[in-house]
Amino acid sequence: MFKIVNREEMAGGTIVLNEIEAPLIAGKAKPGQFVIIQANEKGERIPLTMADVNPGKGTITIIYMIVGKSTKLFASMEVGESFDAVIGPLGQPTHLEKLGTVVCVGGGTGIAVIHPITRGLKEAGNKVISIVGARSKDLLILEDKMTTASTELKICTDDGSYGHHGFVTDVLKETLENEDVKQVVAIGPVPMMKFVSKMTKEYNVPTLVSLNPIMIDGTGMCGGCRVSVGGETKFACVDGPEFDGHKVDFDQLTQRLQAFYEDEQNSMEKFGK
Amino acid sequence: MAKKEKLPRVAMPEQDPGVRSKNFDEVPLGYTVDMAKQEASRCIQCKKPACVTGCPVSVDIPGFIKHIADENFEEAIKTLWDKNALPAVCGRVCPQEIQCEGKCIVGKKDKPVAIGYLEKFAADYARNNNIESLPEIPEKTGKKVAVIGSGPAGITVAGDLIAKGHEVTIFEAFHKPGGVLVYGIPEFRLPKEIVFSEVALLEKMGVKIEQNVVVGRTVSIDELLEEGYDAAFIGVGAGLPRFMNLPGENLIGVYSANEYLTRANLMKAYKFPEYDTPMAIGKNVAVLGAGNVAMDAARTALRLGAENVHIIYRRSREEMPARVEEIHHAEEEGVQMRLLTNPVKFIGDEKGRLQQVECLQMELGEPDDSGRRRPVPVEGSEFILDCDLIVIAVGSNANPLLTGSTDGLDLNKWGNIDVDEDTNKTSKKAVWAGGDIVTGQATVILAMGAGRIAADSMHKYLERGW
Repeated sequence: MFKIVNREEMAGGTIVLNEIEAPLIAGKAKPGQFVIIQANEKGERIPLTMADVNPGKGTITIIYMIVGKSTKLFASMEVGESFDAVIGPLGQPTHLEKLGTVVCVGGGTGIAVIHPITRGLKEAGNKVISIVGARSKDLLILEDKMTTASTELKICTDDGSYGHHGFVTDVLKETLENEDVKQVVAIGPVPMMKFVSKMTKEYNVPTLVSLNPIMIDGTGMCGGCRVSVGGETKFACVDGPEFDGHKVDFDQLTQRLQAFYEDEQNSMEKFGK
Repeated sequence: MAKKEKLPRVAMPEQDPGVRSKNFDEVPLGYTVDMAKQEASRCIQCKKPACVTGCPVSVDIPGFIKHIADENFEEAIKTLWDKNALPAVCGRVCPQEIQCEGKCIVGKKDKPVAIGYLEKFAADYARNNNIESLPEIPEKTGKKVAVIGSGPAGITVAGDLIAKGHEVTIFEAFHKPGGVLVYGIPEFRLPKEIVFSEVALLEKMGVKIEQNVVVGRTVSIDELLEEGYDAAFIGVGAGLPRFMNLPGENLIGVYSANEYLTRANLMKAYKFPEYDTPMAIGKNVAVLGAGNVAMDAARTALRLGAENVHIIYRRSREEMPARVEEIHHAEEEGVQMRLLTNPVKFIGDEKGRLQQVECLQMELGEPDDSGRRRPVPVEGSEFILDCDLIVIAVGSNANPLLTGSTDGLDLNKWGNIDVDEDTNKTSKKAVWAGGDIVTGQATVILAMGAGRIAADSMHKYLERGW
């Protein structure tokens, strides 16, 4: 069993952190890899990229926004309770190497996922400029951790309640103009990754994005997570989750994420009652 | 003495097709005690039983049938368990018509003895009457074996080696044991409770099962061997769905059979929203392929309320790889066969949802490499079928997750593991393999047969060293 040893609420309770006992995974996981989590016998298998691991303690950390029944169910679990299944580490780790100046762009809960990558890139000797965005100040997460992990941190909010008033792409543009950026890593909502990739393509800066399509097993068996990358079909679970942002068909990904939209809404509504 | 009257083969009572196509309950209802005794009495107890030679795990078929005829059901199941850890499964899903029953002497002039139905009867009787005469476990040898994958091959290896006194741990990537028996084969053909109860017997014999461990990711084979396992068996199945590389294949509504069936079977999505995993529901469904998996997908779609379910297959009925019984059941329930038909394109709407499939009519030409007549397109025969759900069931390739992360394991050009045929030993010291990861997609019983060969060789290795 995979016991919750720590639980925190963030962004006014809309985002939840769970630190979970999973010693085998904690000993193996690297930045960029994900786990599949199932709350109970009747639960869905949900892929989540790990926000942190603590091999000494034998724990992994996930941070998720409450968006549907399954995340709501996860969020309802208290410290001491256990998930039925946590499987991993899955997917390919982020390739961390010294390139010079790199930019890490994180949006929403994507900040949680980009945090260990940011840390890893800085440890590898890069100058890491991070750009994080949220809808408003109270929805911004991990500011302290991102400050420590980055060489420089830039903040944006959609409503201007904190940092730059506007989208991460505005700040990114400025950074691309003024710095010799060797690589961008962007993790967040699909539209954010799409527009970041569109912009960096103009500047010809290699860009990694981390995709989170619908999947079941996470080991290449079901093929539900197929994404088009450069016209080729890839499985996000085993070929990814990170891909060349300039080649990803984001529109198809957006559509495929809607495959079970109605069912998901019904399920959430029923759970609420 | 008057010549003994010849008895006809006792038919298997089944749920009515009109009823069963609306539920997920098992289709065959099973023999009663009287039916089983009557059918068992048709066995002529050959001195040199041909049926046994047709069984990949060499079950003493006349032996267990004699016990049924004598109403000695406990002895019948013991005889089965002696060679087969999964009789309730095999009685349901083995292709008996090309194995034991295909060789049955009675079958030369009459219908063969219903060996499969009798096996199912004996196993169900034992389960329903709590007969658990497990084999006696000899003194522990102190040797430890890791079995990777809890499907039919792994279960057989585990059962054989625990009975020889070795310590056995099975590692399963999913949250439930059973492999393809649980994620692949639908409830109406193989109730999951039966698989779990056969696995539970193994656990009672001392087999440990570690779920949620993806060997190759969570832990490697080398780490297991370093940790103190003396030998390992790889039985991870095929596990990489084949797609067709047709335009529109990533539309919403196009699924691999693995995904479609895993949702339904393992995740119980057919019970959504009681279970949280949603199911892809179609009104007009096309299943591409004509093997057993295709029949399973088609019959699942019918049970989920589809108005039309088509099997689309490019060859003719004769070449359909599914068991005759499965095709028969599917057609009885209303699955429509569109043979000599090949899909060429999937067509969707502006939201990326599948609406239609474009197909070509085929005709049979000259024989190809497989000896089967090659289907060739009929020029100008394109037509469009309305369709909001496609299940691609054209087979699986070898999943590279484990093999790609294990040093010293020789693979063939398709990515399947190379093994020595007589022992199922791989090129890697202390590692054996069997089932679909070696042969490519095949049957439950062939995987079990491969497990038996490996287990024998592993036992010798553990006893005597290399």
